[in-house]
Amino acid sequence: MTLANLPSFRHLVPENILVLGILALVGLSLARRPASRRLAGAIAFLACLAALAATALTAESQPRVLFHGLLARDLFGDFFKYLGLVTTAFVILVAQRSRDAIDYRNEDREAPEFYALLLSAALAVNLMAAASDLLTAYVGLELVSVMSYILAGFTPGSRRSAEAALKYVVYGGVASGAMLYGMSLLYGLAASTDLATIGRAAATAPALPVLFAAVLCLAGFGFKIAVVPFHMWCPDVYEGAPTPVTAFLSVAPKAGGFALLLRVFGQISGHAQGLADRSPWLLVLLVVAATTMTWGNLAALGQQNLKRLLAYSSIAQAGYVLLGVAAGGVAGQEAVLFYLAVYLFISLAAFTAVAAVADSGGGESVAEYAGLGYRMPLVAFVLSVALFALTGLPPTAGFIGKYYLFAALIERGHNGGGAAFYIVAVAAVLNSVVSLYYYARVLRAMYIDSASATHQTVAVAAVHRVVLVALTVPTILLGVYWSPLRDLVHAAVGTW
Amino acid sequence: MKSQNRVVPGLLALSICSTLATLTISAGSAAATPGPRLRLEPAALTFTHAGEVREVTLRNTGTNVLRIGSTRVWHDGSGVPVFTADPLEATGLLPGQTVALHVRFVPTAATAPLPPGGAFGALLVPCDDDTLPGDPNPGGGAYIGSVALRSSQGPPLLSLIVFFPLLGIPFILLVPRGRESLTRIVALVTTAVPLGLALWMIRQFDPTVTRTAGTWGLQFVEHHGWIRGFPVEYFLGVDGLSVTMVLLTALITVIAVGASWSIPLTQHIRGYFALLLLLEVGMLGVFCALDFFLFYMFWEVMLLPMYFLIGIWGGPRKEYAAIKFFLYTLAGSVLMLLAIIALYYSSKATYLVDGTPTAHTFDMMKLAWANDFGAESPIAGFAFPRIVWLAFFVAFAIKVPVVPLHTWLPDAHVEAPTAVSVILAGVLLKMGVYGMMRVNLSILPEATHWAAQGLAVLGVVGMLYGALVAMAQTDLKRLVAYSSVSHMGYCLLGLSALTPTGLTGAVAQMFNHGTITAMMFLLVGALYDRTHTRELSQFGGVAHVMPRYATVFGLAFMASLGLPGLSGFIGEVLVFIGAFPAWQALTITAALSVIITAAYHLSAIEKVLLGPFNERWRSALAGFDLDLREAATLVPLAIIVIVLGFWPAPLLTTITATVQDLLTAVATP
Repeated sequence: MTLANLPSFRHLVPENILVLGILALVGLSLARRPASRRLAGAIAFLACLAALAATALTAESQPRVLFHGLLARDLFGDFFKYLGLVTTAFVILVAQRSRDAIDYRNEDREAPEFYALLLSAALAVNLMAAASDLLTAYVGLELVSVMSYILAGFTPGSRRSAEAALKYVVYGGVASGAMLYGMSLLYGLAASTDLATIGRAAATAPALPVLFAAVLCLAGFGFKIAVVPFHMWCPDVYEGAPTPVTAFLSVAPKAGGFALLLRVFGQISGHAQGLADRSPWLLVLLVVAATTMTWGNLAALGQQNLKRLLAYSSIAQAGYVLLGVAAGGVAGQEAVLFYLAVYLFISLAAFTAVAAVADSGGGESVAEYAGLGYRMPLVAFVLSVALFALTGLPPTAGFIGKYYLFAALIERGHNGGGAAFYIVAVAAVLNSVVSLYYYARVLRAMYIDSASATHQTVAVAAVHRVVLVALTVPTILLGVYWSPLRDLVHAAVGTW
Repeated sequence: MKSQNRVVPGLLALSICSTLATLTISAGSAAATPGPRLRLEPAALTFTHAGEVREVTLRNTGTNVLRIGSTRVWHDGSGVPVFTADPLEATGLLPGQTVALHVRFVPTAATAPLPPGGAFGALLVPCDDDTLPGDPNPGGGAYIGSVALRSSQGPPLLSLIVFFPLLGIPFILLVPRGRESLTRIVALVTTAVPLGLALWMIRQFDPTVTRTAGTWGLQFVEHHGWIRGFPVEYFLGVDGLSVTMVLLTALITVIAVGASWSIPLTQHIRGYFALLLLLEVGMLGVFCALDFFLFYMFWEVMLLPMYFLIGIWGGPRKEYAAIKFFLYTLAGSVLMLLAIIALYYSSKATYLVDGTPTAHTFDMMKLAWANDFGAESPIAGFAFPRIVWLAFFVAFAIKVPVVPLHTWLPDAHVEAPTAVSVILAGVLLKMGVYGMMRVNLSILPEATHWAAQGLAVLGVVGMLYGALVAMAQTDLKRLVAYSSVSHMGYCLLGLSALTPTGLTGAVAQMFNHGTITAMMFLLVGALYDRTHTRELSQFGGVAHVMPRYATVFGLAFMASLGLPGLSGFIGEVLVFIGAFPAWQALTITAALSVIITAAYHLSAIEKVLLGPFNERWRSALAGFDLDLREAATLVPLAIIVIVLGFWPAPLLTTITATVQDLLTAVATP
């Protein structure tokens, strides 16, 4: 059902709430008196929750197309909106006590601006989740990119932070350019920017130009989700950016990127006679996925800085998720959605742990985590659970997520996909063994190499404690009983 | 700052509430599609006594005529039908119309009054209600509604045994600072309860039950749904093989807790016992789980505690040993995961225990008895069953460990604290052989035949290599570790013969090796605690100052070398007898290892117990013979070793029926 402009606004309540929140924060920062960090945080947090509630309350199983085809409102998009908004809500809390984002020790410096940018990024993720037209897809992607560039450079006087932002801008510009070129080719083939129309045109167009355009678009989306070879910005940005921002970048824009990836390539290659049947498109995806996870894991082996290590690990994780995209079908898409939801809890938990350690004066290098298990037992426990979940070990939700990804691959291989799917599945599981090696280095530092470190307990900020627990409980619970998430994912897939 | 402390939890509570609301709302909105038109009441029936009759009502709640095909009763498991229902011919139900059906529970004479493992089935109602799942065996209607039927179950004994150790963990973590010694007591109690329950279970266990008695020859079955829309089930049960292993696990863990008394209380003792209990949950779970997904979860749950137990409380090279163990085992188990998924997608359509149709199944029993994977299309040119067999085999072979995948074992053993070595050798190694029997043998029999000769060769290589390398060791613990490699080779040889005697021997060897090696590691640990060395050349004449120690040491090592009259002999001799008809030349070669085994065991006894006493240890050893705690861990094991040596019947009769069933599986590929 395609809606015209005015009736569309009824289905845009969450985005409107976010816009109101952003305006309120901008107003707050313009007010003369020093703006309060807590007030700004509360506004942002409540705006996030309200948007979340509005998304849930206005969700309908009947998909709609808004603004004459620019945006889609369906459970698939809503699922990614949940991911973006929940991430933002947690990041807002973590940022309350983070020296590199808002320096609460001096004065509540620039808190409204920080939160306004964060909410704008969340809004952009919402747009990416809902885009059903190349135009909105590009606007969403660029909005989230621009917000991320600024957020990454938010630590004043930090060379690393500034360097991160600059690298991000340069790589982002190149990737956007390549993607725009691809999009222009698609427009040339279909004479329309509407994804459904492009999908229909791609089914009849010659395979080679479509494949070329698809690969170019993959560059743009691949930049957001940080897959090899568009990952180069990732370690520098993750290391240089304020830790809450890193946490945000590791989840929300990736979720948005995967939403676009699934929607765009679902239209181009998903159906019969699509790109997948007529060209080596799936092989391209499989190769990119396998290279990404292998590269990410191998590069992580030698990292000494934990944020950098987690950056490479997140590159590897993106490779795993891309496997689900390549496997395709309902099973593949469900696996992608499930894994992203699980990854939200895991990745945020890991970065919150890093933020908590930094807040108590600890460093970011793995060596400085020695004895953490005895200094900050809760933080170390949460980080361990997160690392096990990233490895994919039961009974954490990470295992269930990985299971669905591998199962989608094997199912595809079993149903005529060919030996490539089996081979990539073996590569994927062996990769998780490699990843265990560097995750275990962190575990070893925290629990085993503790002889030299002090065992004096260090206090953790209340807000960090609460966030850590709130992220770890679902990581374990969803590992033994994942029916609720599975139902949500099942309802979301195939609604467009 | 104070005010923030109150604001934050409030905000968090708000966020959790809203997230939960989101989940429920969206789940609700997803389920807002029109409900099934066929309503079956009740959804599940539990029968408590033979001859019981219950009523099921079929109601059309929709607005159109509902077409119903002829109903049928489906039984989960092998054996004779125990549920019957009134026949209902194909019919149409008008909106609002109801039909009542009677379901009877009529166990046969063979199973009266109740089947030993419980009975599971479902009343299946084919119909044209497209909101219900599709029928994998269409007949009368494309979709199917179901009513779960089951006989009443006793208390969930296996769940209690498996999960009881979890209950101890919060208590251990709550032990106040300064009262750390309480953790030992809590750990002892929480491991003693599963042992008591396991003993009670083995008393109730009926060793004559075979597959023909229903429920695949399992007993104490617990079978429930788990995740909506995903065919994994909570499926626990034991047969003769697993009941033996459950008992061994429960016993060895109690012994290990006893051996943990020597861990200093200041060394994060809470974490130590919490991990030990978590490890026990994983081990017991592996032996009881019969759903592949559940099995894999338990299998992996063991890894984490083991890594930390070796890594934190281990010896000088603990980091290396711990990560080596972790990586080896994980590498094996991820391959197993892929193999599990491959089997899953190749399995036939069937029903879950509540009658829900499913396109594929994780049920290990159905995979073993109701599926044949021989016809699956090859993977990358290799026959499907063989490549899957190999993936499972590698995973299990790393655990056994089969030479050449054994190199993690000596490192892990040498660095691990005594209690962990006891568990490692006593239980963890058995999991490899158990997995081969449960999975390779019964699910992929054709490939097992194909690989049997290779298995035998690997077994013999392990026996000889392990024994030869053990002979060259100067470290007593390393010697015992390599003796494990050698002794697990016997299990492999017995398995490969695919004869009743060979298999029985392999299982007996598993149990007996578990108890004997546990003793040996305890003895090595006792000596190390006193002298802080394990160098064989450093000892001598210990018998002069520690007579009680020497007696038990001699007994354990004699049992290990296979002295008739002690339990180690039983498994070995059965393996040789069983293997000889199948592999004559190999068995004769393997017999060489008996001589080497005797040589290094006797030389160890000589170097430690006999000869001149090394005066250096006068202050450490003289007057410090086995204390009460050490005796309490060693004597029960010694009694078992002696009793089973003279009277192995209790062990052998427990496993006979299961071994027969396993061989039927192999004989009819």
